[in-house]
Amino acid sequence: MPTIKSIDDLKRIREEALKKQGMKSASGQKQIIVGMGTCGIAAGARDTMKAILEKIEKDNLSGIIVTQTGCIGVCEMEPIVQVQIGDAPKITYGKVTKDIAARIVDEHVLAGIIVKDHIVNI
Amino acid sequence: MMKYFRTHILVCVDPECLSKGAHDILDSLNDELVATGLIDEVQVLETSRIGACSQGPEMMVYPEGVHYAGMSVDDIPYLVEEHFLKGRIAKKFILPIKSTKDEELSAPTAKEIRVVLRNCGEIDPENIEEYIARDGYMALAKVITEMSQDDVINEIKKSGIRGRGGAGFPTHLKWKFTQREQSDIRYVICNADEGDPGAFMNRRVLESDPHSVIEGMIIAAYAIGASQGYVYCRAEYPIAVKTLNIAIQQAKNLGLLGENIMGSDFSFELEVRMGAGAFVCGEETALMNSIEGKRGEPRPRPPFPAVRGLWKKPTNINNVETYANVPQIILKGADWFASMGTEKSKGTKTFAMAGDINHTGLIEVPMGITLREIIFDIGNGIRDNKEFKAIQTGGPMGGCLPKQYLDLPVDYESLIQAGSMMGSGGMIVMDEDTCMVDIARFFMEFTQEESCGKCTPCRVGTKRILDILERICAGHGRQGDIEQLEMLCSEIKQDSLCGLGQGAPNPVESTLKHFRDEYEAHILEKRCPAKVCKALIRYQIIENTCTGCTVCARNCPVNAISGERHQPHFIDPDTCIRCGICVQVCNFNAIEIV
Amino acid sequence: MTSKNGKDRLIIKAVDSAIDHFGENREELIPILNHVNRTLGYLPSEALEEISNRLKSSRSQLFSVASFYHMLSTKPRGKHVIQFCESAPCHVVGGREVWQTLKETVNLEEDETSPDGKWSLITTSCLGLCGVGPVIVIDDDAYGNVTPEQIKDILAKYSD
Repeated sequence: MPTIKSIDDLKRIREEALKKQGMKSASGQKQIIVGMGTCGIAAGARDTMKAILEKIEKDNLSGIIVTQTGCIGVCEMEPIVQVQIGDAPKITYGKVTKDIAARIVDEHVLAGIIVKDHIVNI
Repeated sequence: MMKYFRTHILVCVDPECLSKGAHDILDSLNDELVATGLIDEVQVLETSRIGACSQGPEMMVYPEGVHYAGMSVDDIPYLVEEHFLKGRIAKKFILPIKSTKDEELSAPTAKEIRVVLRNCGEIDPENIEEYIARDGYMALAKVITEMSQDDVINEIKKSGIRGRGGAGFPTHLKWKFTQREQSDIRYVICNADEGDPGAFMNRRVLESDPHSVIEGMIIAAYAIGASQGYVYCRAEYPIAVKTLNIAIQQAKNLGLLGENIMGSDFSFELEVRMGAGAFVCGEETALMNSIEGKRGEPRPRPPFPAVRGLWKKPTNINNVETYANVPQIILKGADWFASMGTEKSKGTKTFAMAGDINHTGLIEVPMGITLREIIFDIGNGIRDNKEFKAIQTGGPMGGCLPKQYLDLPVDYESLIQAGSMMGSGGMIVMDEDTCMVDIARFFMEFTQEESCGKCTPCRVGTKRILDILERICAGHGRQGDIEQLEMLCSEIKQDSLCGLGQGAPNPVESTLKHFRDEYEAHILEKRCPAKVCKALIRYQIIENTCTGCTVCARNCPVNAISGERHQPHFIDPDTCIRCGICVQVCNFNAIEIV
Repeated sequence: MTSKNGKDRLIIKAVDSAIDHFGENREELIPILNHVNRTLGYLPSEALEEISNRLKSSRSQLFSVASFYHMLSTKPRGKHVIQFCESAPCHVVGGREVWQTLKETVNLEEDETSPDGKWSLITTSCLGLCGVGPVIVIDDDAYGNVTPEQIKDILAKYSD
């Protein structure tokens, strides 16, 4: 990426980043976000992340983006996984073990049914 | 063109809100957004369970996270104009909170407002684009292209922000003092040595939104004319260090750090320095010694860092949270920032809540909120429906405040007047089962161990206090102990070199003041009212309740329990080590502590 | 004799790599000490001597810095260092029991290293992971919500 030499350069990067995000939501992009702050990792977020990636690979799923974020702020509910489909509000799940992660992929990400018993209100 | 919404309005459509006209609100919002031409920028969504249906209809506005409730259809044009067109929060509809003050004086505010934490958990911290997408580095661009050094300092002054690291010194003054010193080199430092047990606000910001801190530091460097900066991060936070290093590299790659930032003639380099495990390094002068590669011992002040700081050069040092606020102040304006909080304490503050409270974790609230609101409304009250006994604010050097202070507004002055302090934002809630003498001993143990030993009042004084407290808890308290503690406290406070020593007596002083009867019970009656201090309690089996099941006797690690099967058992107090296992295993609640 | 030379070589290598990385500069002392401490597990006196020569700084000065910080050790440490968070928030959510089990499982007291050089057991100040306490850290891996029952399985991951 070229360096930013003016406020217009910065604005252009912002617009491009927004456009990328906009495209994700407009096209109904399925996004799984895993909280990978220290607290998340300590509570097992790496295993959760691995379980999600393995599930995607095993079931040969496409069109799902898996990303990370920092500490979401409800550490006692870690590991935390968020699911965003298109521009619908983000849903946050807490205490996501490997099994629950697989359920979230099957039920929420693929079938569109929210896994109610693991939702966290933040 | 692709649609991107800068704002999302989530309107609650739960039955109760629907019954109060949520549908009409939705229609009216859409009409109004079309009429004002905002419909491509603001999206209206239906949602459920925001949490205040009883005061419905209600809505949440993101990214601001503002919670509005109780408006009618007629209010919508006003709301749209104020919030979405002019960008001003419509205070009138912010979910009202119980106010103890005159209605006029304290405009109702939302309980939690996210300024510092606005990006945490919302962006990928290792991707600078996501930060930029949320207006990241726009404040820096504004500063570099439109503002002079004095403009920036004046804006910070107008915002009223004070240091979030503990002492609450006005930030603009620190900047001004550093800027006006004659020197070829000036430094900015970010104090990320968050060492208070139970406090992890800064870790969260560093790990989740490192660019907000970096941008704040670059702006500070611009304002005071510094060319080099350091983030001093404790070694206990390896992921924060890693995230920061990635973020700094990304900012460098984009020309936001380094030579000629954004094409201007302003240059600034930033480095992360790691501590090596010493609590006292959170003290600013000790921290600077540590960056210089020395023992992290404090230096006498004055001279203050602004005059003679790192390598004897003028240095501005602020905390993580202070810097993270700066880009928001520049971007949204000092007036916006100053609209939150109290007269002397502006903006928001993050707190880490721990202890006997239902909801532990991090919160960000406007200054001036009461302890009661924090503990009972946000923290959901005391665990297991027990009684609230005390709250300790300000970390290990803060004071313990009893229930008559529950309606105390949380701001710098009020807390100090009450015998505690803001500190960096740790809050530990204690219930009725807490022994305040034991708590004072616990915190003294911490400060005594972390005392660096440089000055005598702190090195020897904290040890003496600890000795006395340990003696009292062990049941050997003597007449005159309280008076001696009081004397030691006041002398250590007065004569210590740095904040650690000056603050160390706070837990003891405040518990002596508010819970003197507990000290007296320990010393004079050899009794621990909360039944915590082991030397002062005895386990005893209630004869009528004991079924003689033998579980306690079988689990006792020292064989202190005897008795025939089906007959009441007996604990030998001389053999008993008061481990409490018998209470845990007894199925009939037949063991009491006396 | 060879093993002594081998040890010396390791020490020189660690010091070299630290100084290469941070520069031959007194100001970089703490990063250098941190680096060597990490590589060798502790700061042997030979390493302090070598650093003192390279940075032209007295050994007493170096020792005074090395002994000030909890994370720097002048005593040999085991291959794997177990850190237990001893702060209040972890303490109240079952930390005491975890600490007890930890000590029993590795058969060490605080600040001890096992005779075979595999484990060192130390305590640490708050790691800021209070939401997931009790917390232990082994080498660079943090484990949260630890129960006494899990200790064995966690330690088994470090079987080498």
